[in-house]
Amino acid sequence: MISNHYIINIIRFVLLVLVQVLVFNKLNFLGFINPMVYILFLYWYPVKQHRASFIGLSFLLGLSVDFFSDTMAINAAATITIAYLRPTIMHFVFGINYEFQNFKIQNTTQVQQFAFLALLILVHHLVFFALEIFSFANFLLILKKAFSTSLATLVLCILFSSLFSVKKE
Amino acid sequence: MQQIINFILRYKNFLLYLFLMLLCIGFTIQSHSYHQSHFFNSSSWISGNIYETSSGITSYFGLKKENKKLVEENKRLRLLLLNTKNVDSVALDSTQMAYTITTGKVIKNSYSGHRNYITINRGLRDSVKPDMGVITPQGLLGIVENVSEKYATVQSILNEKSSINAKLKHTNHFGSLKWDAKAYNLVQLVDIPRLVPLTVGDTIVTGGMSSIFPENIPIGVIQKFDLDNSKSFWRIQVALFNDMTNLKNVYVVRNLERQEILELQEETETND
Repeated sequence: MISNHYIINIIRFVLLVLVQVLVFNKLNFLGFINPMVYILFLYWYPVKQHRASFIGLSFLLGLSVDFFSDTMAINAAATITIAYLRPTIMHFVFGINYEFQNFKIQNTTQVQQFAFLALLILVHHLVFFALEIFSFANFLLILKKAFSTSLATLVLCILFSSLFSVKKE
Repeated sequence: MQQIINFILRYKNFLLYLFLMLLCIGFTIQSHSYHQSHFFNSSSWISGNIYETSSGITSYFGLKKENKKLVEENKRLRLLLLNTKNVDSVALDSTQMAYTITTGKVIKNSYSGHRNYITINRGLRDSVKPDMGVITPQGLLGIVENVSEKYATVQSILNEKSSINAKLKHTNHFGSLKWDAKAYNLVQLVDIPRLVPLTVGDTIVTGGMSSIFPENIPIGVIQKFDLDNSKSFWRIQVALFNDMTNLKNVYVVRNLERQEILELQEETETND
Protein backbone atom coordinates (compact mmCIF):
# COMPACT_ATOMS: atom_id res chain seq x y z
CA MET A 1 0.00 0.00 0.00
CA ILE A 2 2.77 2.39 0.93
CA SER A 3 4.86 1.59 -2.14
CA ASN A 4 1.73 2.05 -4.24
CA HIS A 5 1.37 5.56 -2.90
CA TYR A 6 4.99 6.36 -3.72
CA ILE A 7 4.72 5.06 -7.25
CA ILE A 8 1.55 7.04 -7.94
CA ASN A 9 3.18 10.23 -6.74
CA ILE A 10 6.32 9.68 -8.79
CA ILE A 11 4.30 9.03 -11.94
CA ARG A 12 2.20 12.10 -11.23
CA PHE A 13 5.30 14.21 -10.73
CA VAL A 14 6.88 13.19 -14.04
CA LEU A 15 3.67 13.39 -16.05
CA LEU A 16 2.70 16.80 -14.68
CA VAL A 17 6.14 18.25 -15.41
CA LEU A 18 6.06 16.88 -18.97
CA VAL A 19 2.51 18.07 -19.63
CA GLN A 20 3.36 21.48 -18.22
CA VAL A 21 6.53 21.88 -20.22
CA LEU A 22 5.51 20.34 -23.53
CA VAL A 23 1.90 21.48 -23.74
CA PHE A 24 0.91 24.29 -21.42
CA ASN A 25 4.09 26.36 -21.60
CA LYS A 26 3.51 26.66 -25.33
CA LEU A 27 -0.14 27.64 -25.11
CA ASN A 28 0.34 31.44 -24.97
CA PHE A 29 -3.41 32.03 -24.98
CA LEU A 30 -4.08 35.73 -25.78
CA GLY A 31 -0.34 36.15 -26.08
CA PHE A 32 0.63 35.72 -22.45
CA ILE A 33 -1.55 33.18 -20.60
CA ASN A 34 0.29 29.94 -19.85
CA PRO A 35 -1.72 27.93 -17.32
CA MET A 36 0.39 26.16 -14.69
CA VAL A 37 -1.33 22.85 -14.21
CA TYR A 38 1.54 21.27 -12.28
CA ILE A 39 0.05 22.86 -9.15
CA LEU A 40 -2.37 19.92 -9.18
CA PHE A 41 0.42 17.85 -7.67
CA LEU A 42 0.12 19.86 -4.47
CA TYR A 43 -3.65 19.61 -4.59
CA TRP A 44 -3.59 15.82 -4.96
CA TYR A 45 -0.76 15.15 -2.52
CA PRO A 46 -1.95 13.22 0.57
CA VAL A 47 -2.92 15.41 3.51
CA LYS A 48 -1.28 13.69 6.45
CA GLN A 49 2.27 13.39 5.29
CA HIS A 50 5.58 14.50 6.62
CA ARG A 51 5.58 18.24 6.04
CA ALA A 52 9.28 18.80 5.45
CA SER A 53 9.44 16.16 2.74
CA PHE A 54 6.39 17.74 1.13
CA ILE A 55 8.16 21.11 0.95
CA GLY A 56 11.29 19.42 -0.39
CA LEU A 57 9.29 17.61 -3.06
CA SER A 58 7.54 20.83 -4.09
CA PHE A 59 10.92 22.49 -4.40
CA LEU A 60 12.04 19.73 -6.76
CA LEU A 61 8.81 20.02 -8.74
CA GLY A 62 9.15 23.77 -9.18
CA LEU A 63 12.81 23.45 -10.02
CA SER A 64 12.21 20.84 -12.71
CA VAL A 65 9.67 23.12 -14.38
CA ASP A 66 12.15 26.02 -14.10
CA PHE A 67 14.82 23.84 -15.58
CA PHE A 68 12.83 23.52 -18.79
CA SER A 69 11.41 27.01 -19.07
CA ASP A 70 14.55 29.10 -18.38
CA THR A 71 12.83 30.95 -15.55
CA MET A 72 15.64 30.60 -12.99
CA ALA A 73 14.04 29.48 -9.71
CA ILE A 74 10.80 31.44 -9.88
CA ASN A 75 8.51 28.41 -10.21
CA ALA A 76 10.33 26.75 -7.32
CA ALA A 77 9.90 29.81 -5.09
CA ALA A 78 6.18 30.04 -5.82
CA THR A 79 5.67 26.30 -5.35
CA ILE A 80 7.41 26.04 -1.97
CA THR A 81 5.37 29.03 -0.81
CA ILE A 82 2.09 27.23 -1.40
CA ALA A 83 3.56 23.99 -0.07
CA TYR A 84 4.41 25.78 3.16
CA LEU A 85 1.07 27.57 3.34
CA ARG A 86 -1.04 24.51 2.41
CA PRO A 87 -1.93 23.49 5.98
CA THR A 88 -2.96 27.08 6.75
CA ILE A 89 -5.10 27.28 3.62
CA MET A 90 -6.67 23.90 4.39
CA HIS A 91 -7.42 24.99 7.91
CA PHE A 92 -9.03 28.12 6.56
CA VAL A 93 -11.13 26.31 3.95
CA PHE A 94 -12.10 23.06 5.67
CA GLY A 95 -12.31 24.42 9.20
CA ILE A 96 -12.57 21.93 12.05
CA ASN A 97 -12.94 18.91 9.73
CA TYR A 98 -9.29 19.19 8.86
CA GLU A 99 -8.33 18.30 12.45
CA PHE A 100 -9.87 14.82 12.23
CA GLN A 101 -7.63 11.84 11.83
CA ASN A 102 -9.48 10.33 8.86
CA PHE A 103 -9.90 13.57 6.96
CA LYS A 104 -9.92 13.18 3.19
CA ILE A 105 -10.32 15.83 0.52
CA GLN A 106 -12.74 13.61 -1.40
CA ASN A 107 -15.16 13.69 1.55
CA THR A 108 -15.54 17.46 1.54
CA THR A 109 -18.04 19.47 -0.45
CA GLN A 110 -17.38 20.61 -4.00
CA VAL A 111 -17.39 24.26 -2.99
CA GLN A 112 -14.67 23.61 -0.40
CA GLN A 113 -12.51 21.73 -2.88
CA PHE A 114 -12.97 24.53 -5.37
CA ALA A 115 -12.03 27.19 -2.83
CA PHE A 116 -8.97 25.22 -1.73
CA LEU A 117 -7.73 24.85 -5.31
CA ALA A 118 -8.47 28.49 -6.14
CA LEU A 119 -6.52 29.75 -3.12
CA LEU A 120 -3.53 27.55 -3.90
CA ILE A 121 -3.46 28.81 -7.48
CA LEU A 122 -3.94 32.46 -6.58
CA VAL A 123 -1.13 32.53 -4.01
CA HIS A 124 1.18 30.66 -6.37
CA HIS A 125 0.54 33.01 -9.27
CA LEU A 126 0.91 36.16 -7.18
CA VAL A 127 4.32 35.02 -5.94
CA PHE A 128 5.30 33.84 -9.39
CA PHE A 129 4.51 37.04 -11.27
CA ALA A 130 5.80 39.28 -8.47
CA LEU A 131 9.16 37.53 -8.77
CA GLU A 132 9.09 37.38 -12.55
CA ILE A 133 8.37 41.06 -13.07
CA PHE A 134 10.29 42.06 -9.94
CA SER A 135 9.30 45.69 -9.64
CA PHE A 136 6.57 47.42 -7.70
CA ALA A 137 6.25 50.05 -10.41
CA ASN A 138 4.42 47.40 -12.43
CA PHE A 139 2.08 46.43 -9.62
CA LEU A 140 -1.01 46.56 -11.84
CA LEU A 141 0.68 44.42 -14.46
CA ILE A 142 1.49 41.82 -11.78
CA LEU A 143 -2.15 41.74 -10.68
CA LYS A 144 -3.45 41.58 -14.22
CA LYS A 145 -1.17 38.71 -15.20
CA ALA A 146 -1.72 36.85 -11.93
CA PHE A 147 -5.51 37.03 -12.08
CA SER A 148 -5.94 36.22 -15.74
CA THR A 149 -3.51 33.30 -15.60
CA SER A 150 -5.09 32.08 -12.34
CA LEU A 151 -8.45 31.92 -14.03
CA ALA A 152 -7.10 29.85 -16.91
CA THR A 153 -5.17 27.57 -14.54
CA LEU A 154 -8.25 27.11 -12.36
CA VAL A 155 -10.47 26.10 -15.26
CA LEU A 156 -7.91 23.59 -16.54
CA CYS A 157 -7.16 22.21 -13.08
CA ILE A 158 -10.87 21.62 -12.42
CA LEU A 159 -11.16 19.83 -15.75
CA PHE A 160 -8.14 17.67 -14.98
CA SER A 161 -9.15 16.90 -11.43
CA SER A 162 -12.64 15.81 -12.48
CA LEU A 163 -11.17 13.79 -15.32
CA PHE A 164 -8.76 11.91 -13.09
CA SER A 165 -10.79 12.00 -9.90
CA VAL A 166 -10.13 9.45 -7.18
CA LYS A 167 -13.21 7.29 -6.75
CA LYS A 168 -15.14 7.61 -3.53
CA GLU A 169 -15.22 4.48 -1.45
CA MET B 1 21.71 25.30 23.93
CA GLN B 2 18.65 23.25 24.76
CA GLN B 3 16.46 26.19 23.88
CA ILE B 4 18.14 26.75 20.56
CA ILE B 5 17.62 23.11 19.62
CA ASN B 6 14.01 23.31 20.75
CA PHE B 7 13.54 26.42 18.68
CA ILE B 8 15.01 24.78 15.60
CA LEU B 9 12.89 21.67 16.10
CA ARG B 10 9.73 23.65 16.56
CA TYR B 11 10.23 25.86 13.53
CA LYS B 12 12.01 23.34 11.32
CA ASN B 13 9.41 23.58 8.56
CA PHE B 14 9.52 27.33 8.56
CA LEU B 15 13.32 27.32 8.56
CA LEU B 16 13.35 24.83 5.68
CA TYR B 17 10.95 27.05 3.78
CA LEU B 18 13.03 30.13 4.51
CA PHE B 19 16.23 28.40 3.42
CA LEU B 20 14.76 27.17 0.13
CA MET B 21 13.12 30.55 -0.54
CA LEU B 22 16.41 32.38 -0.04
CA LEU B 23 18.06 29.88 -2.36
CA CYS B 24 15.44 30.53 -5.05
CA ILE B 25 15.62 34.30 -4.68
CA GLY B 26 19.41 34.11 -4.74
CA PHE B 27 19.36 32.29 -8.07
CA THR B 28 16.81 34.71 -9.46
CA ILE B 29 18.60 37.89 -8.43
CA GLN B 30 21.91 36.56 -9.67
CA SER B 31 20.33 36.17 -13.10
CA HIS B 32 19.04 39.75 -13.01
CA SER B 33 22.50 41.16 -12.62
CA TYR B 34 24.51 38.91 -14.86
CA HIS B 35 24.22 36.03 -17.27
CA GLN B 36 21.58 33.41 -16.81
CA SER B 37 22.65 30.75 -14.36
CA HIS B 38 24.83 28.06 -15.80
CA PHE B 39 23.01 25.28 -13.97
CA PHE B 40 19.36 25.97 -14.67
CA ASN B 41 18.85 26.39 -18.34
CA SER B 42 17.18 24.39 -21.02
CA SER B 43 20.36 23.77 -22.99
CA SER B 44 21.26 20.92 -20.66
CA TRP B 45 21.36 17.36 -21.86
CA ILE B 46 18.07 16.10 -20.44
CA SER B 47 15.81 19.04 -21.26
CA GLY B 48 17.50 19.50 -24.61
CA ASN B 49 16.76 15.93 -25.60
CA ILE B 50 13.15 16.14 -24.47
CA TYR B 51 12.60 19.38 -26.38
CA GLU B 52 14.33 17.96 -29.45
CA THR B 53 12.02 14.92 -29.46
CA SER B 54 8.94 17.07 -28.99
CA SER B 55 9.97 19.52 -31.71
CA GLY B 56 10.77 16.59 -34.01
CA ILE B 57 7.11 15.62 -33.78
CA THR B 58 5.51 19.05 -33.97
CA SER B 59 7.79 20.53 -36.64
CA TYR B 60 5.97 18.60 -39.37
CA PHE B 61 2.89 20.75 -38.93
CA GLY B 62 4.67 23.93 -40.02
CA LEU B 63 6.71 22.55 -42.88
CA LYS B 64 4.77 24.26 -45.66
CA LYS B 65 5.01 27.71 -44.10
CA GLU B 66 8.66 27.20 -43.24
CA ASN B 67 9.51 26.17 -46.80
CA LYS B 68 7.81 29.27 -48.13
CA LYS B 69 9.89 31.45 -45.81
CA LEU B 70 13.13 29.82 -46.96
CA VAL B 71 12.17 30.06 -50.64
CA GLU B 72 11.44 33.75 -50.20
CA GLU B 73 14.84 34.25 -48.63
CA ASN B 74 16.47 32.32 -51.47
CA LYS B 75 14.67 34.52 -53.96
CA ARG B 76 15.94 37.65 -52.25
CA LEU B 77 19.51 36.37 -52.17
CA ARG B 78 19.30 35.12 -55.75
CA LEU B 79 18.13 38.57 -56.84
CA LEU B 80 21.06 40.16 -55.06
CA LEU B 81 23.50 37.78 -56.71
CA LEU B 82 22.12 38.26 -60.23
CA ASN B 83 22.20 42.01 -59.94
CA THR B 84 25.75 42.20 -58.66
CA LYS B 85 28.06 43.02 -61.54
CA ASN B 86 31.45 41.28 -61.86
CA VAL B 87 31.49 38.90 -58.96
CA ASP B 88 35.00 39.27 -57.69
CA SER B 89 36.96 36.12 -56.97
CA VAL B 90 38.71 37.91 -54.08
CA ALA B 91 35.32 38.40 -52.38
CA LEU B 92 34.77 34.65 -52.38
CA ASP B 93 38.17 33.81 -50.92
CA SER B 94 37.45 31.91 -47.70
CA THR B 95 40.60 33.18 -45.99
CA GLN B 96 39.22 36.72 -46.14
CA MET B 97 35.80 35.95 -44.71
CA ALA B 98 34.77 37.98 -41.67
CA TYR B 99 31.77 35.85 -40.70
CA THR B 100 30.88 32.17 -40.76
CA ILE B 101 27.38 30.78 -40.48
CA THR B 102 25.99 27.62 -38.84
CA THR B 103 22.41 26.58 -39.48
CA GLY B 104 20.22 25.36 -36.64
CA LYS B 105 16.65 24.68 -35.57
CA VAL B 106 14.65 26.17 -32.75
CA ILE B 107 13.55 23.40 -30.39
CA LYS B 108 12.02 25.59 -27.70
CA ASN B 109 10.60 29.07 -28.07
CA SER B 110 9.08 31.44 -25.54
CA TYR B 111 7.79 35.00 -25.87
CA SER B 112 5.24 35.53 -23.11
CA GLY B 113 7.56 36.13 -20.16
CA HIS B 114 9.79 39.07 -19.35
CA ARG B 115 13.08 37.31 -19.95
CA ASN B 116 12.58 35.00 -22.88
CA TYR B 117 15.06 32.40 -23.99
CA ILE B 118 15.07 30.22 -27.09
CA THR B 119 16.78 26.83 -27.25
CA ILE B 120 18.41 25.67 -30.49
CA ASN B 121 19.81 22.28 -31.44
CA ARG B 122 23.38 23.42 -32.00
CA GLY B 123 26.07 23.40 -29.31
CA LEU B 124 29.76 23.10 -28.57
CA ARG B 125 30.29 20.26 -31.01
CA ASP B 126 29.04 22.52 -33.82
CA SER B 127 31.46 25.17 -32.48
CA VAL B 128 28.66 27.41 -31.25
CA LYS B 129 29.94 29.56 -28.38
CA PRO B 130 28.43 32.19 -26.07
CA ASP B 131 28.04 35.70 -27.51
CA MET B 132 27.48 34.65 -31.08
CA GLY B 133 24.61 36.28 -32.97
CA VAL B 134 21.52 34.37 -34.06
CA ILE B 135 19.39 35.49 -37.01
CA THR B 136 16.45 34.03 -38.93
CA PRO B 137 15.62 34.25 -42.66
CA GLN B 138 13.64 37.41 -41.89
CA GLY B 139 15.80 39.20 -39.39
CA LEU B 140 17.43 39.50 -36.01
CA LEU B 141 16.70 36.96 -33.27
CA GLY B 142 19.15 37.19 -30.37
CA ILE B 143 22.51 36.30 -28.85
CA VAL B 144 23.77 32.88 -27.68
CA GLU B 145 24.02 32.81 -23.91
CA ASN B 146 24.75 29.28 -22.69
CA VAL B 147 25.96 26.26 -24.60
CA SER B 148 26.11 22.57 -23.80
CA GLU B 149 27.54 19.79 -25.94
CA LYS B 150 24.54 19.58 -28.29
CA TYR B 151 22.33 22.56 -27.47
CA ALA B 152 22.45 26.29 -26.86
CA THR B 153 20.12 28.83 -25.24
CA VAL B 154 19.66 32.12 -27.02
CA GLN B 155 18.74 35.34 -25.27
CA SER B 156 15.90 36.54 -27.46
CA ILE B 157 15.52 40.24 -28.37
CA LEU B 158 12.29 39.82 -26.40
CA ASN B 159 14.26 39.91 -23.16
CA GLU B 160 14.48 42.82 -20.74
CA LYS B 161 18.23 42.28 -20.43
CA SER B 162 18.81 42.45 -24.15
CA SER B 163 20.45 45.56 -25.61
CA ILE B 164 21.61 45.49 -29.22
CA ASN B 165 23.18 48.17 -31.36
CA ALA B 166 20.82 49.19 -34.19
CA LYS B 167 20.56 52.01 -36.68
CA LEU B 168 18.23 53.71 -39.12
CA LYS B 169 18.87 52.28 -42.53
CA HIS B 170 18.83 55.51 -44.53
CA THR B 171 20.53 57.96 -42.13
CA ASN B 172 22.91 55.65 -40.24
CA HIS B 173 22.02 57.18 -36.85
CA PHE B 174 22.42 54.49 -34.23
CA GLY B 175 20.83 53.70 -30.88
CA SER B 176 20.18 50.67 -28.71
CA LEU B 177 17.41 48.20 -29.19
CA LYS B 178 15.57 47.23 -25.98
CA TRP B 179 12.32 45.56 -25.03
CA ASP B 180 9.73 46.83 -22.55
CA ALA B 181 7.99 43.44 -22.23
CA LYS B 182 4.63 44.80 -23.39
CA ALA B 183 4.06 43.19 -26.80
CA TYR B 184 5.87 40.37 -28.54
CA ASN B 185 5.89 42.09 -31.94
CA LEU B 186 7.24 45.47 -30.77
CA VAL B 187 10.72 46.39 -29.58
CA GLN B 188 12.01 49.85 -28.70
CA LEU B 189 14.88 51.78 -30.22
CA VAL B 190 16.22 54.44 -27.83
CA ASP B 191 18.99 57.06 -27.85
CA ILE B 192 18.33 58.41 -31.34
CA PRO B 193 18.81 62.22 -31.09
CA ARG B 194 15.84 64.48 -31.61
CA LEU B 195 17.30 66.22 -34.66
CA VAL B 196 17.09 63.03 -36.73
CA PRO B 197 14.11 63.18 -39.11
CA LEU B 198 11.92 60.07 -38.81
CA THR B 199 8.95 58.74 -40.72
CA VAL B 200 6.68 55.85 -39.92
CA GLY B 201 7.76 52.87 -42.00
CA ASP B 202 11.52 53.57 -41.95
CA THR B 203 13.58 50.39 -41.79
CA ILE B 204 15.73 49.60 -38.75
CA VAL B 205 18.79 47.37 -39.22
CA THR B 206 21.66 46.26 -36.99
CA GLY B 207 24.49 48.76 -36.63
CA GLY B 208 28.16 48.18 -37.21
CA MET B 209 29.12 48.99 -33.63
CA SER B 210 28.57 45.50 -32.35
CA SER B 211 31.21 42.81 -32.63
CA ILE B 212 28.45 40.18 -32.63
CA PHE B 213 26.22 40.95 -35.61
CA PRO B 214 27.21 41.96 -39.11
CA GLU B 215 25.92 45.34 -40.23
CA ASN B 216 22.56 45.71 -42.02
CA ILE B 217 20.73 42.65 -40.71
CA PRO B 218 17.04 43.66 -40.97
CA ILE B 219 15.17 44.14 -37.69
CA GLY B 220 11.87 45.88 -38.38
CA VAL B 221 10.09 49.08 -39.37
CA ILE B 222 9.12 52.14 -37.34
CA GLN B 223 5.55 51.85 -36.18
CA LYS B 224 5.37 55.06 -34.17
CA PHE B 225 7.72 57.36 -32.29
CA ASP B 226 7.64 60.02 -29.58
CA LEU B 227 10.09 61.93 -27.36
CA ASP B 228 11.38 60.35 -24.16
CA ASN B 229 11.35 62.03 -20.73
CA SER B 230 14.43 64.15 -21.36
CA LYS B 231 12.80 65.55 -24.54
CA SER B 232 16.06 65.24 -26.44
CA PHE B 233 15.90 61.67 -27.68
CA TRP B 234 13.35 59.72 -29.68
CA ARG B 235 11.67 56.66 -28.31
CA ILE B 236 10.81 54.55 -31.33
CA GLN B 237 8.45 51.58 -31.46
CA VAL B 238 9.79 49.07 -33.96
CA ALA B 239 7.50 46.43 -35.47
CA LEU B 240 9.62 43.31 -35.98
CA PHE B 241 9.98 41.58 -39.35
CA ASN B 242 10.26 38.27 -37.52
CA ASP B 243 7.15 36.52 -36.35
CA MET B 244 8.51 35.69 -32.90
CA THR B 245 5.72 33.20 -32.27
CA ASN B 246 6.70 31.07 -35.23
CA LEU B 247 10.42 30.34 -35.47
CA LYS B 248 12.07 27.30 -36.96
CA ASN B 249 15.26 27.69 -38.98
CA VAL B 250 17.96 29.98 -37.63
CA TYR B 251 21.51 30.93 -38.54
CA VAL B 252 24.21 31.29 -35.92
CA VAL B 253 26.64 33.98 -37.03
CA ARG B 254 30.22 33.91 -35.86
CA ASN B 255 32.37 36.99 -36.23
CA LEU B 256 35.90 35.75 -36.91
CA GLU B 257 37.37 39.12 -36.02
CA ARG B 258 35.55 39.49 -32.71
CA GLN B 259 38.49 38.34 -30.62
CA GLU B 260 40.77 40.85 -32.28
CA ILE B 261 38.26 43.69 -31.85
CA LEU B 262 37.74 42.90 -28.18
CA GLU B 263 41.46 42.70 -27.48
CA LEU B 264 42.07 46.02 -29.19
CA GLN B 265 39.26 47.70 -27.27
CA GLU B 266 40.54 46.33 -23.99
CA GLU B 267 44.05 47.50 -24.74
CA THR B 268 42.78 50.99 -25.54
CA GLU B 269 40.79 51.13 -22.34
CA THR B 270 43.70 50.06 -20.13
CA ASN B 271 45.97 52.62 -21.79
CA ASP B 272 43.61 55.44 -20.85
